Amino acid sequence: MTDITHLPPATEPSLDLHNRDIAVAGQWRLFWLKFKKHRIALLSLVVIVLMYLVAAFADFIAPVDPNATNARFTYAPPQGLSLLHDGAFHPHVDQLKMTLNTESMRREFTPDPAKPLSVGFLVPAQQPYTLLGFIPMQTKLFGLVDPKPGDSLYVFGADRLGRDIFSRVVHGAKISLSIGLVGVFMSLILGVTIGGISGFFGGWADIVIQRFIELLRSIPTIPLWMGLAAAIPVGWPPLRTYFVITLIVSLIGWTSLAREVRGKFLSLRNEDFVIAARLDGMSEIGIIFHHLVPSFMSHIIATLTLAIPSMILAETALSFLGIGLQPPIISWGVLLQEAQNIRAVAQAPWLLFTPAAAIVIAVLSLNFLGDGLRDAADPYESVS
Amino acid sequence: MMRMEDDVILKVEDLATSFPTRTGLFNAVDGVSFALKRGKTLCVVGESGSGKSVTARSILQIVDKPGRIDGGSILLARPDGSITDLASLDPRGRDIRTVRGKEIAMIFQEPMSSLSPVHRIGTQIGETLRIHFGIRGQAQRERVLELLRQVEIPRPETAIDRYTFEFSGGMRQRVMIAMALACNPQVLIADEPTTALDVTTQAEILSLIKKLQTAHGMAVLFITHDMGVVAEIADDVLVMYRGKVMEQGPVEQIFHAPANAYTRGLIGSVVKLETKAEVRLKRAPIPEDAPPLLDVKNLSLTFPSGLKAVNDVSLFVRPGETLGIVGESGSGKTTMGRCLLRIYDPEVGTMVFRRPDGHSVDIRTADRGDLKDIRREVRMIFQDPVNSLSPRKTVGQIIAEPLKLAGMKGREREDRVAELMQQVGLEPAWRERYPHAFSGGQRQRIGIARAIAVKPRLIVADEATSALDVSLRSQMLDLMMKLQDELGLSYIFISHDMSVIRYMCDRVAVMYRGRIVEVGDTDQVVHNPTHDYTRALLSAIPHPDPRDRRIHKRFRYDAAAPVALTHPLPETLDLS
Amino acid sequence: MFAVPTLFAVSIIAFIIIQLPPGDYLTTLMADWASQGGAVEAGTVAAMRERYGLDQPMYFQYYKWMAGILMHGDFGISFELGKPVTELIWSRLGFSLLLSLLTLCFVWAIAIPIGILSAVRQYSISDYTATFLAFFFLAVPDFLLALSAMYTMSAWFGQSVGGLFSAQYIDADWSFGKLLDFAQHVWLPVVVIGLGSLAALVRIMRANLLDELSKPYVTTARAKGMSELELLIRYPVRLALNPLISTLGWILPAVISGEIIVSVVMSLPTTGPLLLRALLAQDMYLAGSLILLISVLTIIGTLVSDLLLALTDPRIRFQ
Repeated sequence: MTDITHLPPATEPSLDLHNRDIAVAGQWRLFWLKFKKHRIALLSLVVIVLMYLVAAFADFIAPVDPNATNARFTYAPPQGLSLLHDGAFHPHVDQLKMTLNTESMRREFTPDPAKPLSVGFLVPAQQPYTLLGFIPMQTKLFGLVDPKPGDSLYVFGADRLGRDIFSRVVHGAKISLSIGLVGVFMSLILGVTIGGISGFFGGWADIVIQRFIELLRSIPTIPLWMGLAAAIPVGWPPLRTYFVITLIVSLIGWTSLAREVRGKFLSLRNEDFVIAARLDGMSEIGIIFHHLVPSFMSHIIATLTLAIPSMILAETALSFLGIGLQPPIISWGVLLQEAQNIRAVAQAPWLLFTPAAAIVIAVLSLNFLGDGLRDAADPYESVS
Repeated sequence: MMRMEDDVILKVEDLATSFPTRTGLFNAVDGVSFALKRGKTLCVVGESGSGKSVTARSILQIVDKPGRIDGGSILLARPDGSITDLASLDPRGRDIRTVRGKEIAMIFQEPMSSLSPVHRIGTQIGETLRIHFGIRGQAQRERVLELLRQVEIPRPETAIDRYTFEFSGGMRQRVMIAMALACNPQVLIADEPTTALDVTTQAEILSLIKKLQTAHGMAVLFITHDMGVVAEIADDVLVMYRGKVMEQGPVEQIFHAPANAYTRGLIGSVVKLETKAEVRLKRAPIPEDAPPLLDVKNLSLTFPSGLKAVNDVSLFVRPGETLGIVGESGSGKTTMGRCLLRIYDPEVGTMVFRRPDGHSVDIRTADRGDLKDIRREVRMIFQDPVNSLSPRKTVGQIIAEPLKLAGMKGREREDRVAELMQQVGLEPAWRERYPHAFSGGQRQRIGIARAIAVKPRLIVADEATSALDVSLRSQMLDLMMKLQDELGLSYIFISHDMSVIRYMCDRVAVMYRGRIVEVGDTDQVVHNPTHDYTRALLSAIPHPDPRDRRIHKRFRYDAAAPVALTHPLPETLDLS
Repeated sequence: MFAVPTLFAVSIIAFIIIQLPPGDYLTTLMADWASQGGAVEAGTVAAMRERYGLDQPMYFQYYKWMAGILMHGDFGISFELGKPVTELIWSRLGFSLLLSLLTLCFVWAIAIPIGILSAVRQYSISDYTATFLAFFFLAVPDFLLALSAMYTMSAWFGQSVGGLFSAQYIDADWSFGKLLDFAQHVWLPVVVIGLGSLAALVRIMRANLLDELSKPYVTTARAKGMSELELLIRYPVRLALNPLISTLGWILPAVISGEIIVSVVMSLPTTGPLLLRALLAQDMYLAGSLILLISVLTIIGTLVSDLLLALTDPRIRFQ
């Protein structure tokens, strides 16, 4: 065989092999060992976990109420956070001095180094709030130590109504990231059920389902989503809109999963070890849960991870166009609505680039993570 | 200046080729030296992983990435009388390219994947002419047609514009050979060119190479793992093991006076399979009138494609007997074996199985419950030791699965698993390990343990030894026969390999295109075949004795024309 | 010939989208007219109800709609703009098609060489750069890219970006000047729409080629004495292109999707802004027709890619 020339050393896995550990390592352990080698994927995993933590503890992390307006600070620029003041550790921002440019009739802000505003960690909140919906809290992760009227803390600047972009992006993560998860959950249910039916029963069911999937995939997604999303009545409560939008964006996501599941079903059904189990007297249900599902679980996880970013992007696009989520819901797409006007962006680029950075980091990390998971999904290729 | 004896065309000295790996450098070829003489055949033989293929590829500097030549020299006598050290040339440079394909040509193991699927074969053959001689257009086409005629491809005028997937395996290998011959090379390197082929096709290709070698006066470096092939074609032999040369010399000496222990072992295990197993000589003969354990009559299965995979097959197995099913690829032997366990549902025929309580059941029409019971009494051993074990279960779990499904529990099951592992020669302490920690032979033992776990009476073994190296093969067969004596088993042993059948089986059925063409006692079928196909099959098998070369005198069989043909078997174009 | 049922299914989906908003559009229309102070004659309403079969069951309405399209090329009326849909869409559809085709050409022309370079120099600096950039552009939604491009152009180069023509050419006849002006405007949207698909294609080309490079037929060709460059182009690249052609089936929908959303941001005279406006105004005949036509174009494109694949890959031709 030609493989002799490719992989000379590992073809003969003698038992004095480098470690006995590998010999007794199950699928998930091998999976992890292989995944660990993918450094960027590992880093991405950390980033993703952090982002979801931020989303979960948004109320604690955001220094101010994301909906609090302040007409004084329309389009206030980001205030650079410095850790040192006069050579001593003293985290602070400079107070903003506002002047009216009479020529352009615009407000201009300049930081005033003479007036540092202390920034402290674990400062008391302006209003009490409940964390995760049930823990009453009085403390924020960080904020101005002793806020007076006229003081401001805009780490990433302010928008048209003087709302804090940082707090809004942190709160937006709740919706944008969770849409990915909820959407993936819906895809999982749809994909595994439909793909499973298709792969397991075969025949007519399979043909019909496959044609249907091909049809869905051949329609350009944006117009389809737009058409469906635009039909959502404006008056609906935010929660219902949220679920319908999630449903719409997962409309396409499940198809790739269904294909994956079907493909695995078909290829595994005739594997010798599955036939062996059948000959051992195992029932079809037993085979599905003892042999098939464990075999493609890792593939499903990888596919699902890769589906999350496309859902985040879909929600963002729809909300950006004004036919997805609507204010007062805060999502990254809704934040970008503010950036639709290029003149506003020219005046306050942070309107565009702060939510954009959040989206790109999230999607990039999820893609890297998914890539790493997919590479590790079949850990048996490299071991033996 | 470099010097070489007159009749030597290629001289390899101290060749070392290595592959960097995670755990360090792997020396695939480690200090190999040999000389190839003009017009002669040198066979490099070894088991998988011996480095024989890497040696061949090193000569043309086409070792797969990341392998590289570390040292040694490869001296080639050029047509102009000079000598070039190929090892010192840049692998991507112009100098080595004038040697490749022109002075040294090469053919490979897998003719399907070694040819491009999207280019016409005429283009692929003609390319060599263009590269080395600048021959294009009509002149090129003429020359390609001539080459196709030389390699005896039928209807060259139409074949030239066809694609590889329209040909059968043997025809593809002929295309490869035509390509190699295009520039009249002085040396032909053949890297396991017949391994992927059936034995009758192999015989055709071997004769063709021999014929062309004589006509062109080429030296042939032939890489193979098959000692039979070596005995049939070699002038000189080089035996390799783990990258090193074990022994080299004339073929006569290697086979009849091997000096090296490894060579002796290798020849021994091959010769052992040329005879009947010793265990079987001691056994009492099975009474002729014993009622059959399984009696199959008129079994037929047609695939949805319309192919009659199993066509009116009748056979029986007596208790304690081993029935061999021999046939080439596509003969339907595997499908037939699977029908016996109802993995496939044959549409016609009966498969009457005698239960231990004496009454008989037809497996073909058995209901769910009966089938479940029958499948405990009739078990299966699979060909592929990798695919037949779930990589996600420990060995203990795999062997315990049939026991668990039979309702055995707890301590009793644990003990039984340990007992089974010992029975097949595995340490019970290894039960926590996963299949990936075992070698091919060990995995096949796990498969056997699973098969015998529920005390079956009949085992269908489908090519159970073909994935194993020859030295392991007889061990596995011996193990199976030991278990047969201990447990009173019957076997249906499916194989393409006549030597394995002869070693192991009491009776043999020969299958050809879905039908059984001949059944009889193994001795009788092997020595006195009655059907022409059996005779053709037997005469095409290479015999591991250089004193008794016979595949050139073989008997040829063509189903369409039952009379033996004077010219080689025209394999049909596969146009499906 | 799978295309016919697909087209049928697509028309049903478009029809469902038309029907989705609550109430029929005549009610919407009358409310609209009423709010503008115009009185609606009962006769007009009745005539329109008759024309679109609004009192009839759903399938009959669908039949009326399809019959109008297939027999008379009549897509219905845009209620918001008070014109037949056909008058509004063709030039926009033409620009959409043109923009998508230009984008496809751009994507292919750039992606293939980069993919080849990336695969041949695997694990080199250029490979890592290409891979990272590919991942990056896969992560940036195209409308963000469009916004950033517009911001960059206006903030750094002082140019305003938008439209496909300068003001003086918009209604002018085609001339060399207009063509030049078009070229000056069109490149940015093409790049913006294409980058995402470009990134995907680079990844695919790289993976395909890496696969092909390790195949035995490469060794065969090398053993013939072929030079490395010729070998690369004639064999692995040639074979790696086949799966790339089949990606047209999803690249095309992706490009058209991108075209729509980018056109909205950059206010290009294509279907995008029209569709969005129609949807926001619940002008459903216009929206439905646009969705139908865009999907039909995509399906035709997919069909073409299938034929193309059969043309280049004998294995498929012989099946």
